[in-house]
Amino acid sequence: MTAHRLPSGGLLIDRARPVEFRFNGKPVKGFAGDTLAAALLASGRTLMGRSFKYHRPRGVVAAGVEEPNALMCVGEGPRATPNQRATMVEIAPGMSARSQNHWPSLEWDVGAVNAAIASVAPVFSAGFYYKTFLFPRIAWKHLYEPVIRQSAGLGPAPEGVDPDEYEHLHAFADVLVIGAGMAGLAAARAAAEAGARVIVAEQGPRAGGRLLSESDIEIGGMPGADWAAGEAAALAAMPNVTLLTRCQGAGLYDHGYALLDEEPKEGPSRRLWRVRAKRIVIATGAIERPLAFANNDLPGVMLAGAVRDYLALWAVAPGREIVVFANNDDAYRTALAAHLAGLTVKAVIDCRAEAAGALPEAARAAGIAVRTGMIVAKAKGGKALKSVLVAKRAADGRVAGALEEIGCDVLAMSGGWSPAVHLFSHCGGKLRWDEAQAMFRPAPERGAPTGADGEVNTFVAGAANGLLSTAEGLADALAAGARAASDLGFSAVAAEAPSATEPGMTPLQPLWFTPSVGKYAHGTKHFLDFQNDVTAADVELAAREGYESIEHAKRYTTLGMATDQGKLSNINGLATLANALAAPIPEVGTTTFRPPWTPLSLGSIAGRDAGTLFKPVRRTPMHDWHEANGADWEPVGEWRRPFTYRRAGESREASVAREVRAVREAAGMLDASTLGKLLVTGPDAGRFLDLLYTNMMSTLKPGACRYGLMCNENGFLFDDGVVARLPNGDFLCHTTTGGAERVHGWMEEWLQTEWPELKVHVANLTEQFTQIAVAGPKAREILQPLTGMDLSASALPFMGIAEGEMAGIPVRLFRISFSGELSYEIAAPAHRGRALWDAIREAGAGQGIQPYGTEALHVLRAEKGFIMIGDETDGTVTPQDLGLSWAVSKKKADFIGKRAQERPFLSHPERERLVGLETLEPGKRLPDGAYAVADPAAKTPEVIGRVTSSYLSPTLGRAIALGLVKRGPERMGEVISFPLEKGEVMQARIVDPVFYDKEGARQNV
Amino acid sequence: MLLITCPCCGVSGEETEFAPGGEAHLKRFGPGSEEGEFAGYLFYRKNPKGPHFERWRHAYGCGKWFHVARDTVTLEIFGAYKATETAPPQEILDRIAARGKA
Repeated sequence: MTAHRLPSGGLLIDRARPVEFRFNGKPVKGFAGDTLAAALLASGRTLMGRSFKYHRPRGVVAAGVEEPNALMCVGEGPRATPNQRATMVEIAPGMSARSQNHWPSLEWDVGAVNAAIASVAPVFSAGFYYKTFLFPRIAWKHLYEPVIRQSAGLGPAPEGVDPDEYEHLHAFADVLVIGAGMAGLAAARAAAEAGARVIVAEQGPRAGGRLLSESDIEIGGMPGADWAAGEAAALAAMPNVTLLTRCQGAGLYDHGYALLDEEPKEGPSRRLWRVRAKRIVIATGAIERPLAFANNDLPGVMLAGAVRDYLALWAVAPGREIVVFANNDDAYRTALAAHLAGLTVKAVIDCRAEAAGALPEAARAAGIAVRTGMIVAKAKGGKALKSVLVAKRAADGRVAGALEEIGCDVLAMSGGWSPAVHLFSHCGGKLRWDEAQAMFRPAPERGAPTGADGEVNTFVAGAANGLLSTAEGLADALAAGARAASDLGFSAVAAEAPSATEPGMTPLQPLWFTPSVGKYAHGTKHFLDFQNDVTAADVELAAREGYESIEHAKRYTTLGMATDQGKLSNINGLATLANALAAPIPEVGTTTFRPPWTPLSLGSIAGRDAGTLFKPVRRTPMHDWHEANGADWEPVGEWRRPFTYRRAGESREASVAREVRAVREAAGMLDASTLGKLLVTGPDAGRFLDLLYTNMMSTLKPGACRYGLMCNENGFLFDDGVVARLPNGDFLCHTTTGGAERVHGWMEEWLQTEWPELKVHVANLTEQFTQIAVAGPKAREILQPLTGMDLSASALPFMGIAEGEMAGIPVRLFRISFSGELSYEIAAPAHRGRALWDAIREAGAGQGIQPYGTEALHVLRAEKGFIMIGDETDGTVTPQDLGLSWAVSKKKADFIGKRAQERPFLSHPERERLVGLETLEPGKRLPDGAYAVADPAAKTPEVIGRVTSSYLSPTLGRAIALGLVKRGPERMGEVISFPLEKGEVMQARIVDPVFYDKEGARQNV
Repeated sequence: MLLITCPCCGVSGEETEFAPGGEAHLKRFGPGSEEGEFAGYLFYRKNPKGPHFERWRHAYGCGKWFHVARDTVTLEIFGAYKATETAPPQEILDRIAARGKA
């Protein structure tokens, strides 16, 4: 038994089950049910981390999710999870945890020097990040960035692949209740008794909320904790109720969508519940506010309620000598609980002039010194609290009279309670300022979350609704649960609230800031936001610098940002701002709370959508053959296409060059199955395609192909491909590999929304057919023996179509070419793809046929000056820019993009247009995307063009490129400059984009 | 995340099952139209704060385009109707008026 573990009690721990874990490499003992924070406190450790900016020593402040300081990295290696709240992590045998944000050790930290510097020159003061960007770039690079990188940030991201499992679960509920404290239990019971399907999510390991820690509340004639246990058991036994523990309500979204993040005891590491609820009851309770006095961040300074929690739930005494500092009656519960636990309560420092409520009286009766009209001016200590300086509080709020030092190792502070309105705010719930209780509370009359039908679907109950007394909160919660159920047509029984008794409370006195003796900017910091190291002085500085809106001040100072989301800092921060601006608090308003309530692990968000399940891979029928034959895969959309087929010991470049030469000299075969294939049928198909393509398609004869371009309404080219008019008159539109689904959607959109009168049907047959391109001078002699069809030039001319059998497989032949060679594209039912591939490969083996990949395809087409969507186009390029005016009909009255192409700037002579580029050094390739400038020596060179495709051409034995250059076609022969990195300038001559076989003799054979 | 009911197949689904398509009831201006008309069709959108008529497609469902009347502030969905309807049905306009937002 350690000095800090009480001999008895501890609602959540099982003393029969000791648990040993490691903290910063050293073994620590605790009990099953302990949180990391409880076990560390029990072992006598108060120093648990270093602060974010100043690396000040920090201890645990809270006992729940609002903990700002004790953030730890739990687990090792790829299982390490950073930034876990020590107050929420339950210890397990063999667990390892490390403190964060310190170097070289938690006890001795170099970064703490920031704090010392800060007292002289406020380098980390409000707006630090913004101001730093104003410094010269050189200072940023060499001075600030290294320093910030070294010292900023919370825990490090784990390395390696996370081996844990995460899952998503979709669930539906009539009523979702978030929080299973008193209000949540009551609301859930009321809704469930009415017959509604209810999900209750409790972030802690046990239902009951604050009832578990308070010893002076009775409900229905029994101690509050017993009542809660009974309610939880009753709910768990109901078939229409799902009661989840260790499950936070992470976020509320539109139309009753909620995310719950569960850490199950068994099964996956995390389970993300994606819930659609018809009604939601938020019963998230309230969070205690810290007080802003000098050095209020010393380890040992804790929230008063948290001190009670440690005593009641884990039988841990955070210290032996306690001072309570408060502005309300509730904190006296801590003094009484500590006294009862045998600790020394040195004094209760109450800023109110008078404290005559039941609890203060009980404290006095127990012999505790109650010092009213006083404040704590300053906490003293190094890595742990040693004493506090207390003084009289003058009428103006300043310190008056002599300072008195009281030795203590724990200061329990309470500035009152703020409803946890975060979830209500996530989805548009509005708040109002309650002057009497000094809190923002939900104001559904000003705005509340609604469902798809526009009806309010979210209610707040209990302390979260601003009702801090047990009896009021209980009645409110029962009403909210009943309302939720009756809204949905369940006949809610008007259950009478059980009797509830607790000590009466007298009003609190708002205390937003407690001055110290000296100027607080000098060495004494009054922290508002512990997690982001924001002090009262920072907020006041922001106000002086003109950041008067709370939303601006928040971003300028980082108050309440990031994971804290204002849980502890919000009200104190905006009250300090209001004070600095001499404005009332409701006028300053509050910031918007964003989901998640507490951080979600990225694994939770990903669920099973990781690894191979992240995005499905589309495979062609020949995929396995490619895989087995050296394919270097290239992702194209969801497909994987072979970039090239490398032979043993061959470089990628050599492999591509070999494939290109095979096509030019003998024959190559390409898996073109990924090309989009859209079948367009119906009596109006031709008319429809005339509207969609820039050129005329209705005149296409059955059995012939035509290259077509598609533009959007802006007149810009977005897809191209060969349209085949099948012998039966249907149109088969080929699209780019990545464009198939987009073009299909495009066709559907116009058919359904603009021209519904057209009798046209579109079917996406991309995956129904495999397609193999056989290209090269020997293509015909390889294929002819496989088929009875006549493949001669006269029987099947360029752009012709034939249907028949090849190698016993039904096929359709298109004599089209993307390489400039004699070429056939052979389509067959997908399931015969591999057989066809093998048959052609075997038939061509003697003639030197080789498979080629997408890179050889690109080189071949670039040699011919054929454009590639996505290379030569980027959404701002017209067909005319690419020299494709011949494919834009002048006769058609209308097509998509025609009107836009009439706009003056699209026919402007200065537009960038397609050219070929030959580098003056033939062996040197222009980088893709390089810019051409008019005069590279100019101070700000004028950009006159850019490289869109660039390759080393094995056929021509030199580098070639395609590019878009202003007035390009008019500048043939001109040499233009491409400035590269480090002052290098490459030069290239503007040439015809068709580099090879300009007259097209090779494909017309 | 919105809950949308497709008027074509009747399925209610998550927003992610649908694809948004911007403002509804635009009139297409093609070749021969004035510059101003064409710019209005191509670029200018209402972007109201309040009821808005917009196009959606049941992209991961029946594939049909349709129209939705939705409040851009409260996200209330007043109703959905077919893409072939050139104006919102009276029933939906009445529902909007009942919210005092006509």
